[in-house]
Amino acid sequence: MAKYIAKRTVAAVVTLLALITIVFFLVRLMPGEPFTNPKLTPEIKANMIAYYGFDKPLPVQYVEYLKNLLHGDFGFSMKYTNRTVNDIIGETFPFSADLGIRALCMAVSIGLVLGIVAARNRGNGIDFFCVIVAILGTSIPDFIMGAILQYFFGIKWGLLPVALYKGIEYTILPATALAFYTIASVSRLMRASMLEVVQQDYIKTAKSKGLSDFRVTVKHQIRNAIMPVITLMGPMVASVLTGTFVVESIFAVPGMGKYYVDSVNNNDYSMILGMTVFYGAFLILCNLIVDILYGVVDPRIRIGKK
Amino acid sequence: MAEQEKILEIKNLVFSFHTYGGVVQAVRNVSYELRKGEILGIVGESGCGKSVTAQCILRLNPEPPGFFSGGEILFKGQDVVKMSQKELRKMRGTEIGFIFQDPMTSLNPTMRIGRQIEEVFQDAKGMSRAEKKEKALNIMRMVGISDVEKRYRQYPHELSGGMKQRVMIAIALVSQPSMIICDEPTTSLDVTIEAQILDLLLDLRERLDTSIIMITHDLGVIARLCDRVVVMYGGQVMETGTVREIFYDTAHPYTHGLMSSIASLDTDKNTVLTPISGSPPDLFSPPAGCPFAPRCEYAMKICYERPPQEVHLSEEHRTSCWLQHELAPKVDLRMRKEGAK
Repeated sequence: MAKYIAKRTVAAVVTLLALITIVFFLVRLMPGEPFTNPKLTPEIKANMIAYYGFDKPLPVQYVEYLKNLLHGDFGFSMKYTNRTVNDIIGETFPFSADLGIRALCMAVSIGLVLGIVAARNRGNGIDFFCVIVAILGTSIPDFIMGAILQYFFGIKWGLLPVALYKGIEYTILPATALAFYTIASVSRLMRASMLEVVQQDYIKTAKSKGLSDFRVTVKHQIRNAIMPVITLMGPMVASVLTGTFVVESIFAVPGMGKYYVDSVNNNDYSMILGMTVFYGAFLILCNLIVDILYGVVDPRIRIGKK
Repeated sequence: MAEQEKILEIKNLVFSFHTYGGVVQAVRNVSYELRKGEILGIVGESGCGKSVTAQCILRLNPEPPGFFSGGEILFKGQDVVKMSQKELRKMRGTEIGFIFQDPMTSLNPTMRIGRQIEEVFQDAKGMSRAEKKEKALNIMRMVGISDVEKRYRQYPHELSGGMKQRVMIAIALVSQPSMIICDEPTTSLDVTIEAQILDLLLDLRERLDTSIIMITHDLGVIARLCDRVVVMYGGQVMETGTVREIFYDTAHPYTHGLMSSIASLDTDKNTVLTPISGSPPDLFSPPAGCPFAPRCEYAMKICYERPPQEVHLSEEHRTSCWLQHELAPKVDLRMRKEGAK
């Protein structure tokens, strides 16, 4: 198991390095440049370019950037004067993470329960209800879902605050809007997987041992059916994270999303790079955790990848 | 064979499945019995209803889509068809063990071997973990698993096919049931392992006096292991009798066909094996007469129109074939004369 984890970790680091390299050079290929304010005189502009080191050859800049990264330094923003990228991330990430984690927990727990309940009641009204939830979830985009939730829960019934992020009651609506799509995909996947596993021979074996229905479902069916859901966890985290951009702006949550979008519009090289690398590292970490979890749940993987 | 205690009696069982294409009548009026301490072989080609009938005994067929529409299954005098879920659970595992065809897929890949064996005692009250483990280790030793302490902690994928089948047998036997059903237990194993597993089953019968139903399409297995045989075709019983009667006194053309399609050691190398031509009946709309009639070289007009009655040829030997009727031509289906080499 330790060997398996070590191997996965090395793969994760290599992936991160590749990501940094590709983004670093891609950003420079974008049309335009960071300092486009018409008030800037040519001298000031030249000073700024020299200050940020853009006059040096690209490979040198790249090596310097990597050196700074090793100290965890993303550099100064080119748009927000006197603020480092680290500052901005440190200020806004807690909100995004809070929202994302809430949404993810909600999505996985509700999605799994819906999927299991639907599979157990295959073909009847309960199954039908769960399938409808799944179809709605996959077909309604999160920004529309957000607006619907705001309208009914916030304005019409006045149950929950419409926007901002100042306490637990503020988190419910954005987290729901963000989780809805993932709830749907988890429940669909879990339902299909449960129905597939129930046809396996070992379920028949379990029944032939005289086990109760409940025990067969919990010990034999769910444990095996959950594998594809764990596989999906990595991409799921990604979709929740990117979803936060939109949902954050609908609910006026002071998260990273707004800064990320602005940085691309402003050609703010260090911000784009910093935020992408940060997000990327976060995603790679999530995938690493999923890989390790996978090995914990399925003994065949632990041995197979020795 | 004197009148022995019947442990299981299936009477006129009819079991079908609802499918998208209509109702499949998988088991059509099947009757057989199992006596205490005997090994009963059930032969027939794929889809003849032998497995479905056997799974009916433990009600392992999914219901729905499966459903009973007649007959009864008496296990120790109780009708399994009418049992509640609770009664069924008490019977499964503890009273009747079931060994499945494919050991590769019949064990849960995410659970340790030991746990899978111990699970049979889930409902047993007042049994400590240590006791359960002791029982599991004992049964593992008994079915010939080496290094039991290590195996106990392993997962199915770490074991070979033969070992997995031994684990399956251990699961079926751990609570010392009075009867076990083996559904083609050696089909997916190679011949040396097959021989070991069959020896093991014989040995266990001797030691524990377990009654065994052995489902197979391998006549060699039948000859080696069984006391009596049931030959099934198209969801019905064609012929039943002692192994001797079935092999040397064949009375049904289908049984004859089965035997002429296998090679044996004393088959001349120039002999061409004769397969049974044609294909099994469509059980969506089963034939009115004998299901084997379209493939039978002795078929008469009556065979297509009316189902044959079961005829007693001896105390044990029964067959359902119009050739046994007094007006039918006399056909000698015996392949080998007893005693002759």
